[in-house]
Amino acid sequence: MNAELEILSCGPAVTVQDLGRPGFLAQGLTRGGAADVLALHEGAALLGQSPDFAALEMVGMGGSFRANADIRIALTGAPMATTLDDVPIAWNASHLLPAGSILKIGGASSGTYGYLHIGGGIETPVMMGARATHLNASLGAALQVGEILPIGQDRGKTTGMTLASDDRFGGGRIRITASIQTDQFDHATRERFGSTPFTRDARGNRMGVRMQHDGDPFMAADQLSILSDVIVPGDIQIAGDGAPFVLMSECQTTGGYPRIGTVLPLDMARVAQAPAGAPISFEFVDLPQARTIEQRAALARKVLGQAVTPLLRDPYSIRDLLSYQLISGAVSATHDPSKKED
Amino acid sequence: MAEYPRIRQVGLSGLLVQFGEGMTEPANRAAIAFRAAIDAQQWTGVSETSTSLVSTFVAADLVNMPSEALLEKLQELLTKKDWYNAPLPSGRTLWEIPTLFGTDAAPQLEEAAQAAGVSSEQAITELSTARVRVLTIGFAPGQPYTGELPPHWDIPRQQALTRSVPSGALVVAIRQLIIFTNASPTGWRHVGQTAFRTFRPTSSVPIALSPGDELCFPSVTAKEYEHIQQSDLSGDGGAQRSVLT
Repeated sequence: MNAELEILSCGPAVTVQDLGRPGFLAQGLTRGGAADVLALHEGAALLGQSPDFAALEMVGMGGSFRANADIRIALTGAPMATTLDDVPIAWNASHLLPAGSILKIGGASSGTYGYLHIGGGIETPVMMGARATHLNASLGAALQVGEILPIGQDRGKTTGMTLASDDRFGGGRIRITASIQTDQFDHATRERFGSTPFTRDARGNRMGVRMQHDGDPFMAADQLSILSDVIVPGDIQIAGDGAPFVLMSECQTTGGYPRIGTVLPLDMARVAQAPAGAPISFEFVDLPQARTIEQRAALARKVLGQAVTPLLRDPYSIRDLLSYQLISGAVSATHDPSKKED
Repeated sequence: MAEYPRIRQVGLSGLLVQFGEGMTEPANRAAIAFRAAIDAQQWTGVSETSTSLVSTFVAADLVNMPSEALLEKLQELLTKKDWYNAPLPSGRTLWEIPTLFGTDAAPQLEEAAQAAGVSSEQAITELSTARVRVLTIGFAPGQPYTGELPPHWDIPRQQALTRSVPSGALVVAIRQLIIFTNASPTGWRHVGQTAFRTFRPTSSVPIALSPGDELCFPSVTAKEYEHIQQSDLSGDGGAQRSVLT
């Protein structure tokens, strides 16, 4: 029998996500996929499996879950207060979820998108080559209470591993590079764009995130006469009100608003994770620099598995502490093991 | 004044070949024909291609592959022929999609006819005999922007949006016709209704139309339309399809 995960309760925007669905740009469908791609790689590293496996993406808050068999899980992305049968467990770590136990994932303490990974991956039916829900295209839908998700065969065994968390959950500096319409913004406007402090607006989702700022709007030379042309995720579109809008994984494939630049793929996780009100700034880097930065990031993702370390357990968090044989292997302070006993 | 065609870099996502500054039939044709030519090359490193109204996008991993190599290949291919006069690729599909014009099902036919300066009867005759091409697909999966209609159909979008037109709605503005994928608010005028589904997520061919396909919209009666709705559950909405050679 295959393992299954049951949704006992969940937030309004929990979806199945993977690395997305390439190949349909010509037919109007963007790739979609996880808002924080690095979190998928982290989950894969913690469980020692492929980053292609599907996981649950949870916006702002998680839910409660129960499996019908012992399964391995990993938690990555925006940290969310989590318990296993009411005992707190570590974020950014892998755990064993015993059959019948209740996993409760609460609200995010920082960031926006949390991820629940399962050993063997979530095996909902593949739709157009991927499992990722694409809300904007009505391909799949947010999960509902009572749904039961099939889980793939898990070839791994290790749990209790952790990865150091990073600082991508509170906004910060976003590196951008030139794109097809950057030169339609004059030099002064681009300079001002790079020196303006923004905050992440409350308006934001998997399609796009608006940035708020004080001061003049940002305008292109021919703001209104630009012909609709290709959009890629990361493009920073300047809409009619002069505020920048970073287009995310479920954006449209074409658009007629001018775009001042495009966010480097590795910094998309930082844009996605920034909670409303978080400070954001943009820094132009040239294309060769952008390439170098992305090559380094790709390498870092590849060797993430080497950064995984055993989780040091806080004795207070071990619920069945007394069942452990705590004195086994104790040594004597006076006894010298190098000397033979008489 | 920029020279066309020109090639721009799209961040680290690929290169874009633009064939014009505004929508023209030759530039649209060039973009579609050029895309087919790139697909035929099967270049390594190119992950997919697409077209917008007058441009061809070549998606490639420019993190691992320097853009110069791809740029040179595109420049060379551009010189191979006059793309503005290139024939469209063969193997495209002609779709004849039965359409109910006017009535309560498509209440803005009269208004659109007035804006185009023709009678409602004349509008139906013109729209149901016009053969238009899928210029590009966008806004929603599989949603075609088709054209071009004769110049008197260069009617503006409405200032106030229609609250919602249903899936399959045929709408008109700026010499173009769209079939809506999903129920949606729009500034385009709702002149016909089809049972054609542009996006069929559970089908083996989820997206029916491709850029370059040709469409026409033969007029049917309300009774015929009702029959189509009940008898054709494929998503084709009673459409006849044939291969263009």
